[in-house]
Amino acid sequence: MIEQMHRLAEYLSYDFVRYALIVGVLIALCSALFGVILVLKRLSFIGDGLSHVAFGALAIAAVLDLTDRMWLVLPVTVLCAVLLLKTGQHAGLKGDAAIAVISVGALAVGYLVMDAFSASANVAGDVCSSLFGSFSILTLSGAEVWLCVILSVVVIGLFLLLYHRIFAVTFDEDFAHATGLRASLYNLFVAVITAVIIVLAMNLVGSLLISALIVFPALSAMRVCRSFRSVVVCSAVLSVLCAAGGILLSLLLSSPVGPTVVGVDMVAFAVFWIVGTVKNA
Amino acid sequence: MEQLICKDVSLGYGGSVVSEHVSFAVRKGDYLCIVGENGSGKSTLMKVLLGLMEPLGGQVMWGEGIRPCDIGYLPQHTEAQADFPASVWEVVLSGCVGRSDFRFWAGKEHRRRAEACLKRLEITELKNRPFRCLSGGQRQRVLLARALCAAEKVLLLDEPTAGLDPHAAADFYETVRQLNREEGMTVIMVTHDPAAVRSYADCVLHMGNSSTFFSAEEELCRRRGAEGEREEDHD
Repeated sequence: MIEQMHRLAEYLSYDFVRYALIVGVLIALCSALFGVILVLKRLSFIGDGLSHVAFGALAIAAVLDLTDRMWLVLPVTVLCAVLLLKTGQHAGLKGDAAIAVISVGALAVGYLVMDAFSASANVAGDVCSSLFGSFSILTLSGAEVWLCVILSVVVIGLFLLLYHRIFAVTFDEDFAHATGLRASLYNLFVAVITAVIIVLAMNLVGSLLISALIVFPALSAMRVCRSFRSVVVCSAVLSVLCAAGGILLSLLLSSPVGPTVVGVDMVAFAVFWIVGTVKNA
Repeated sequence: MEQLICKDVSLGYGGSVVSEHVSFAVRKGDYLCIVGENGSGKSTLMKVLLGLMEPLGGQVMWGEGIRPCDIGYLPQHTEAQADFPASVWEVVLSGCVGRSDFRFWAGKEHRRRAEACLKRLEITELKNRPFRCLSGGQRQRVLLARALCAAEKVLLLDEPTAGLDPHAAADFYETVRQLNREEGMTVIMVTHDPAAVRSYADCVLHMGNSSTFFSAEEELCRRRGAEGEREEDHD
């Protein structure tokens, strides 16, 4: 035990470990806040769909050999978020079907493009690390960390500023619209921010596991807490603790970061589930 | 003074007409009941009145001085809210969010307003209870408090007593009647309950798939007079 503490202390003296912790905690915070909205709006799967889109965009950016892949991945994902939301509102292609089409399509195209054009010798490894994040969070540059910090601060700031409106629109869209809030604008806002969070979170857990960061803390909090504010706070705190704990645990166990963080989230969810069941019984 | 005039309004979704030639007028302090079978366009009419949908044709005119934030809305019961984690206080306060003076935080005046609405509907003791643990009747009261928080002049109620037991329904109708009589609130209510129409409505809009007609208060007053319940003309 003491030996492990020493090892942790040693790891924490490295810049790349600190970067990973900062970015991981911020991403976990953002995804927990907006996860509450997505879960309550029954949009959990939008996160999943968008993450596959982000994977496809990343694959194309990799093949084009762009130095800064974010500049392609972010706009494409945001665009798809807006499209998904629009198709959800109108008939034609229903919301869940649209998500399925876009997400599976993007996944397939992403892998095809990588397989056909990639110069890398280890295509399978590249794909695996984009999907599951593996160790990419431990290779962040200073600039990437700053970008992530700035985007996170903006996301969290907007959430706090619009908290009451977000609640009103999430709880009852028709009522909010009828009393003069532009509900569709807030839906658009939520979709765009979700896209930003997903692109950020790809570094941490990879594109397949992002939904876990969005869904688990919110669901855990909802098992136990009974007001919206307490759900938001509990979800945020839990998500941050799980992310930090998961990253440190993965260092100690030399396991992949993303799946370890998600594993910790799942354990927390199980605990909250039991507590909620006992409490409500 | 006319608060709302609908002239020859056609209602429907995506080009298919549900109801045509809907015309009626509502004056300040009126209690209008909208009745009709399922699918006759009652809820669609509500959405049009609230500005959530455009009518296919005709005109909907709100009187002078009525803005969207003067209209309180009590929507039909939705399943989505059944497990939504929110306290009664949060729900009622959210009625204030659409008000023009609402910035980013709920100010003192908004909190006072929400408190007053809780008190007005006698649900102050529920303030910290979770919304999802309330009974159907309590829930409708909370949503009515939210509507009051949002509105000062007009209440739109869409089947407010659906799923309530007779006792809770009677309580609810009584509260709405008080708001209507004592505070001069205009009430527009969709209902399936003929007893409520008989005892509360000043005017009735019958919506049917074949015909729609509007009966103003003279006729109803006559009928009520016959039942010995004639109320004073409130205008």
